[in-house]
Amino acid sequence: MTQMRLILAGAATAALLAATSASAVELRFECAQDGNECDTMNAIFQKYTAAHPDVTVKMDLVPYKAILENLPVDLAAGTGPDLAKVTDLGGLHKYYLDLTPYVNKDYWEKSFGKTLDWYRAGAADPGIYGIQTQLTITGGFINKTLFDQAKIAVPGPGATWDDWAKATVAVAKATGAKYPMAMDRTGHRFAGMAMPYGATYFDDKGNPELSDPGFAAAAKQFVAWNQDGTMDKDVWAGSGGATYADASKEFINGDLVMYYSGSWQVQKFASQINTAFDWEVIPAPCGPAGAGHCSGMPGGSGVVGFKTTQHPKEVAALLDFLAQQDNYTTLEAKSLNIPAHTGVAAAGVTYEGATPEAAKALNAFSAQVPTLSPVAYAYQGYKNNRAMFNITVTRLTQAIVGELSMDDALARMADDLKQAVAAAN
Amino acid sequence: MANFITRTRGRQRLHWTDWASYAYLGFGVLLMFGPVLWLVLSSFKTETELQHYPPRLLPYVQQTVTLPGYDDPLLVFHVTQGPLAGQDVAQVRRIGLVSQMVRPDDPTTIVKVPIADREPVEHVALATSNYQKLFQRFNFLRFLWNSTFITVVATAITLLVNSMAAFALSKYEFRGRGTVMAMVIGTLMIPQTVVLVPLFLITRDFGLINTLWGVIIPGAATPTGVFLLRQYMLTIPDEILDAARMDNASEWKIYWRIILPLSAPAIAVLAILSIMWRWNDFLWPLIALSQTENFTLQLALNSFRGEFTTDWASLLAMTVLTLVPVVAVFAFLQKYIATGIASTGGK
Amino acid sequence: MLKLITPLMQIVDVPMRALQRLLGPRRLAWAFLAPNLILFGLFAFLPVLVNIAYALTGSDQILLRDRPFVGVRNFTDLSQCASYLDANSCKIDVFWRAVHNTAWFIVLQVGFMVGFSLLTALILNRKIVARGFFRAVFFFPVLLSPVVVALIWKWILQDQGALNAVLEHFGYPTVNWLLNPSWAFGWAVFLSCWAHMGFYTLILLAGLQAIPRDVYEAAQMDAASPWRVFHRITLPLLMPTMVVVLVLALIKGVQTFDEVYAFTGGGPGSATTLVIQYIYQTGFAGAPRLFGLASAASIMVALVLVVLTAVQLWITRRNANG
Repeated sequence: MTQMRLILAGAATAALLAATSASAVELRFECAQDGNECDTMNAIFQKYTAAHPDVTVKMDLVPYKAILENLPVDLAAGTGPDLAKVTDLGGLHKYYLDLTPYVNKDYWEKSFGKTLDWYRAGAADPGIYGIQTQLTITGGFINKTLFDQAKIAVPGPGATWDDWAKATVAVAKATGAKYPMAMDRTGHRFAGMAMPYGATYFDDKGNPELSDPGFAAAAKQFVAWNQDGTMDKDVWAGSGGATYADASKEFINGDLVMYYSGSWQVQKFASQINTAFDWEVIPAPCGPAGAGHCSGMPGGSGVVGFKTTQHPKEVAALLDFLAQQDNYTTLEAKSLNIPAHTGVAAAGVTYEGATPEAAKALNAFSAQVPTLSPVAYAYQGYKNNRAMFNITVTRLTQAIVGELSMDDALARMADDLKQAVAAAN
Repeated sequence: MANFITRTRGRQRLHWTDWASYAYLGFGVLLMFGPVLWLVLSSFKTETELQHYPPRLLPYVQQTVTLPGYDDPLLVFHVTQGPLAGQDVAQVRRIGLVSQMVRPDDPTTIVKVPIADREPVEHVALATSNYQKLFQRFNFLRFLWNSTFITVVATAITLLVNSMAAFALSKYEFRGRGTVMAMVIGTLMIPQTVVLVPLFLITRDFGLINTLWGVIIPGAATPTGVFLLRQYMLTIPDEILDAARMDNASEWKIYWRIILPLSAPAIAVLAILSIMWRWNDFLWPLIALSQTENFTLQLALNSFRGEFTTDWASLLAMTVLTLVPVVAVFAFLQKYIATGIASTGGK
Repeated sequence: MLKLITPLMQIVDVPMRALQRLLGPRRLAWAFLAPNLILFGLFAFLPVLVNIAYALTGSDQILLRDRPFVGVRNFTDLSQCASYLDANSCKIDVFWRAVHNTAWFIVLQVGFMVGFSLLTALILNRKIVARGFFRAVFFFPVLLSPVVVALIWKWILQDQGALNAVLEHFGYPTVNWLLNPSWAFGWAVFLSCWAHMGFYTLILLAGLQAIPRDVYEAAQMDAASPWRVFHRITLPLLMPTMVVVLVLALIKGVQTFDEVYAFTGGGPGSATTLVIQYIYQTGFAGAPRLFGLASAASIMVALVLVVLTAVQLWITRRNANG
């Protein structure tokens, strides 16, 4: 009898195996990693596949360069993966798989609200395409210890960019720190300064522009600060083209008083600064018009499925699984990111393994999310924003190093943008 | 001075030009090796030490001590001023500009020390964990196999195909030879970088994307190889070939029994060049391969570069590991290269 | 290894013999050429043809069939300049900056590299202790991948890098090497020489060693001055090798991309942006990807290269005949 049962069980297993291999679905997930977010996501996907033995997910850990430069070519040529973590949210829209037929639309709308727009073609598009796994927000970090040493008060909420420039220059002078301020070399971070100055990025008709008075004023101020040493000139002027560069090394070494970067730096600072000095996240600096004109720039990455996949149903189910509150909470807690999911944000995230400073910094950033300006959301969701970021960086750098005059740089930006938009449409 | 330009004839005393020569060579060793030594040493540094300014040659870590009553190891500092001056103490925590310290022999009494009055106690330690992490984190052997397979197979194909073409171009008179030669030189002009997209689409149409063959095949027929080998084969006297033909040897037999062995030095040069190109190639594999199981070492190495941060410690360790095989191959082949280049370049 | 290859070659011999009977020994050359030509055709010439098609079309679409035909607009855009010597007067100013940079880069890089390679080869050609070791040392950087070369030197030269630390230690003022356009360009030339010099040194050394000794002995008998010996004997006899070195160095010089791109990113501003980098970032890394413009630029560069090579080959031929 026992023998009989064993044989039957064996046969059943064999049949099951045969069935599995016949309908086995392998999904490829392409991901570029900064900390541990890909690994964490993969672990959640493996939890899904454990419950659904007919599906396997294989993660391809690639250099970020591959996501930025090769993935679009792969997608156009039909050799892309089934899903990927992407950052050019609007630019890749035409390749996205619409999840609407497979998921609970209300849940997604309620949970991810505004970030869903970033993946859409425009305001009229009701589709659901991606899940914002990493919501970032740009903002400033200060070396509090340097302020203490200089005995200079940290500017309070509502302080303008100008206030910060004055304060940091004074601190640097008093303490011998090498650089008062620095900003990452990207047009995305620059927007965090330009918007307080009144940059609108879009004209009345909704066409993109890089020459409105607010943008020009911020650009002039930024170039002047780079030239007079208020800004660490290395970061922008030290590179060419649209190459990314940051100043985290200078900040970690205590040579930099204020660093305008973003929420993703928190983990790195927590582990590498350790106890060398105190650092803090500051409220978004404001524009010349004062309080009420202060906003960082949202950003980040999300996971999307692609139209070219052979298994849209499975891809959608997998993404839906990741979007569930408990899984999403796990992801954010482990990867130390700000949640884009309103339910998760409301419940609060207990960051795992984060030092008290890191948790405090992340919460300070989370608190800034509701204050983001509508321009910031529109700019982040615009499909050609990457072109606009690149143009900003390239031309502003040329103005900083003196290859172009400020007016020429602004004129070139307008021309470049016209050409880019013409090519992209 | 004559000796400087020709060569010394082994006189007893060293002429000043000899001194100058050795000084130049010594400086060369410093300039050529120094940076690489720096790279190797850096690969043993912790991420924090890598960010340290001023950078230091040797990998330092700050000393820590585990004391009763504290869960985590505490950082050790040397106090320069105040009542504890000259002692090594452990820091419990730091608040603003003041550090709370304890003496290791008295871990319960907290003493406050201004942070300006202490300096970290450091010692040299190799962060071998950079290397261990590589093997734990991903399938290093798989990447090594992929890289090796691509390098070896591609080099074999390149050598075969190029030497056959070079044989035809150097030892046969036929119509169209000039055109083919012009084509070879023409291709020499075009860097792969400018035709990436068309090349990708063509490779895709052959179904080679995401296979190792997609990396191997497109670059197999190198114009440099044909050029190099042809120049060398031109110097092989035709009489040898004619004698073999008298003996009724087939053309193929002439190729592999006579031409190939006689071109060995030039082939060694091409071999090392090809190995280097393939092993270090990055841009094309990045486009042709997007699935981890097909990744080469160079691709795996670069997956330490994220959007915002680069894991330098791992990246440097991996860089050093990928260097080892090429250096080994070079050490093995270098004798042949010297004679090989000697015979190709001069003609 | 040989044991494996020999039977393989014997097997190939059978069809090749048959082919030889069919074609005759002379036309068999095409059989030897075939594999190479097929690979060339598919993976070198076809892409160039497709590239020409890209150059005549616009938009940011990747597949040719989606791209609208725009005629020679990409070429006219690129060549629209008030003065070709002033990049700021051009419609596509970055391209012309890159062209100017590349021209300077080639002159300096080829000049310095061949100069130092020759000097090193001359020294290594002397009776030197441990010559094999020194030869290997100078060749060593050739083994490094361009990205590694760039990485190492970037770490040394960045503002908070090793060189500045040394300068600071000895009390000299530090220089922000990569922020000053002239320094950055100079270092880019240096880095490129550093990485490739070994290869050319080895070729030149080989050329020197091929010069028969008795020529020098005869010169010594005549008590010729050292410079005269160098000028009248060494240089002329080394000329064929020099031509090979110059041709290769020039072609590789124009194609320089990875190491400088990874080193400075083309900066500060566009001070070290070379033409291949312009093509790469316009057509591949940019947003949006202007494939048409990039392809047109690559064709213009290729044409210049063809002319340059033709001139060089003409010189070589004249040299070989004279």
